[in-house]
Amino acid sequence: MDKQLAAILLIACLLFPVGVAFAEWSAEFSLEGRWHTEEAVDPQQHSGGLSLSGLAEYYASWDGGDQQLVFKPFFRTSEYHDGRAHVDIRELYWLMSGDDWELRVGVDKVFWGVTEAYHLVDVINQADLLENPDGEQKLGQPMIKYSHEGEVGVLDAYLLLGFRERAFPNEKGRLRTHPMVDVNNAQYETHKDYPGFAARWSGSLDDWDLGLAYFHGISREPRFELSLAEGVPVLTPHYDVIDQVSLDVQLVDDDWLWKFETLYRSGSANSYAAATGGFEYTFVGIADTDMDLGVLLELIYDDRAELAATPFNRDVFIGLRWVGNDVAGTEVLAGLLYDQQNHSRFLGVEASRRLVNDWKFEFQLRRWLGIALDDPTYAYRQDDYFEAKLIKYL
Amino acid sequence: MIKRDLMAALWLVFLGSLLGMTQATAQTPEARGLEIAQEVNHRDTGFGDYQVDMEMLLRNQHGDESLRYMRSRVMEVSGDGDKSMIIFDRPRDVKGTALLTYTHKSEPDDQWLYLPALKRVKRIASRNKSGPFMGSEFAYEDLTSQEVEKYTYRFLQETELNGQPMFLIERYPVDENSGYKKQQVWINQVEYRAEKIDFYDRKESLLKTLVFQDYHQYLGQYWRSGEMVMQNHQTGKSTVLTWKNFQFRNGFTESDFKKNALKRAK
Repeated sequence: MDKQLAAILLIACLLFPVGVAFAEWSAEFSLEGRWHTEEAVDPQQHSGGLSLSGLAEYYASWDGGDQQLVFKPFFRTSEYHDGRAHVDIRELYWLMSGDDWELRVGVDKVFWGVTEAYHLVDVINQADLLENPDGEQKLGQPMIKYSHEGEVGVLDAYLLLGFRERAFPNEKGRLRTHPMVDVNNAQYETHKDYPGFAARWSGSLDDWDLGLAYFHGISREPRFELSLAEGVPVLTPHYDVIDQVSLDVQLVDDDWLWKFETLYRSGSANSYAAATGGFEYTFVGIADTDMDLGVLLELIYDDRAELAATPFNRDVFIGLRWVGNDVAGTEVLAGLLYDQQNHSRFLGVEASRRLVNDWKFEFQLRRWLGIALDDPTYAYRQDDYFEAKLIKYL
Repeated sequence: MIKRDLMAALWLVFLGSLLGMTQATAQTPEARGLEIAQEVNHRDTGFGDYQVDMEMLLRNQHGDESLRYMRSRVMEVSGDGDKSMIIFDRPRDVKGTALLTYTHKSEPDDQWLYLPALKRVKRIASRNKSGPFMGSEFAYEDLTSQEVEKYTYRFLQETELNGQPMFLIERYPVDENSGYKKQQVWINQVEYRAEKIDFYDRKESLLKTLVFQDYHQYLGQYWRSGEMVMQNHQTGKSTVLTWKNFQFRNGFTESDFKKNALKRAK
């Protein structure tokens, strides 16, 4: 990874022209307090505290905007030394684009898919679980990406260089497994530098958005095996090589957004099919105000059922999205995920509001309710928390 | 027999031409309104493309102010509505967010929003057009391309505004999801450009007034307002939208208005 980064930097420097047409730095810092409302499963685990994170961005463009350089470093420090402190290069790429093509070389983040509750087909980047257990935060992935645009769609080809292991909190951290994940002893079916390859065609035709993708490489989701490390039981992560084909579809019809994602994944350990889909219906201008209220319903299906390493196997998600459309851009998203087989429930609330002059406030609540013993989130059953975050933009 | 048929045919021709004449002399208000709208559109056809910086000053009833900065790119599409992209610069928490719109003459517009933090392009449900744009007094539908087919028209009267001769027309949104029942538009008789619009809500009460100021002509033909003032009569809030640095004919192509371009817009 380090060698590849150095190579990318070198390439970027060589291509960097003397006269950059446009360049700017920007940054955001956020002070976050997270409080756990229940006693931890393991007394070593903390009950919450403060944490500071920063994300800077350097952006330069030249050649009439056809060439760009983007650099986005990220850091987090944490008061409670729970392993959440980390640094990452979220993005560092050079981009060149022509009339119907685009080339990106470097570290980047890619999002695939359409659903809200569970991003099933999104496979390129490793989830940054230290940031948030929802997996929406991602680690930067080194890649070479070439896109070719046609009449209705675009074909993206990815060469994924270097694999990012999933990080987990240490023994003091909340939202971790018991026993702990032995992060220093990850097992690979091949080797860590095994390159990945992916291709995706996506297009829009009238009211339809479609994506068809193929991925070959190391699975971002490890499989765990119980073993002993120095006489202590641990979960050893195993990273298999997988092949995945996926389809994501979205249809817009007036106030309705219909969403569907499905995949078939094969690997040496197991092969399975999974799907998720549903709708978001928006009531625009409720009660003669400017506010919108969206109702979300999504179903999640995995043919491995309770054998799935993911909590998302036979679940129903019901959500409400309230958008104030006010000057402060107030938004609230609340969702309940219900496992139809073991009746475990997960409740999440996210709210945000802009404050004066480049300040923003965010609130989060996560609760695990009635989590069954056989559910993969059983380890989180006493990790309910709420989080308040103050963000300053520079 | 033949003679009688001939006579009948001649009568038909006579009556027909009479009908045609009355139509030409006493045009219906609907036809005249449409004709004016078509002329407005005709005079603005052929600009090709432009880019422009936008500044929005939002003011509430207590006088509190809030600023938004955006950049916009627009491309004319022959046979369909314009394509546009708006990139947000301020407030800082939405910096890099970009909105792609394909307007259509008769179908609902297609819209996608790019969220840079997640690197995700989200489709926007087509009905959201009546909602406020960035918390301002402008609705999305006020800012998208005003295609002739999006309304039906009725000519009201010739009048004056600021000492200049105007056509006052009423237009009715075709789309039932519009936030408006009707709009009254003052159109400059000489330049065929809108000078003022009164917006009436679904209950037909006066909701907002938009005044176009600081008009400049570009490429010797195309008029663009440099300042639009939107006053909400029901809430007392207002928004001043300032347009700066218009640049026409940048050579934009279809690919500048695709999702990949949305993702690299900064």
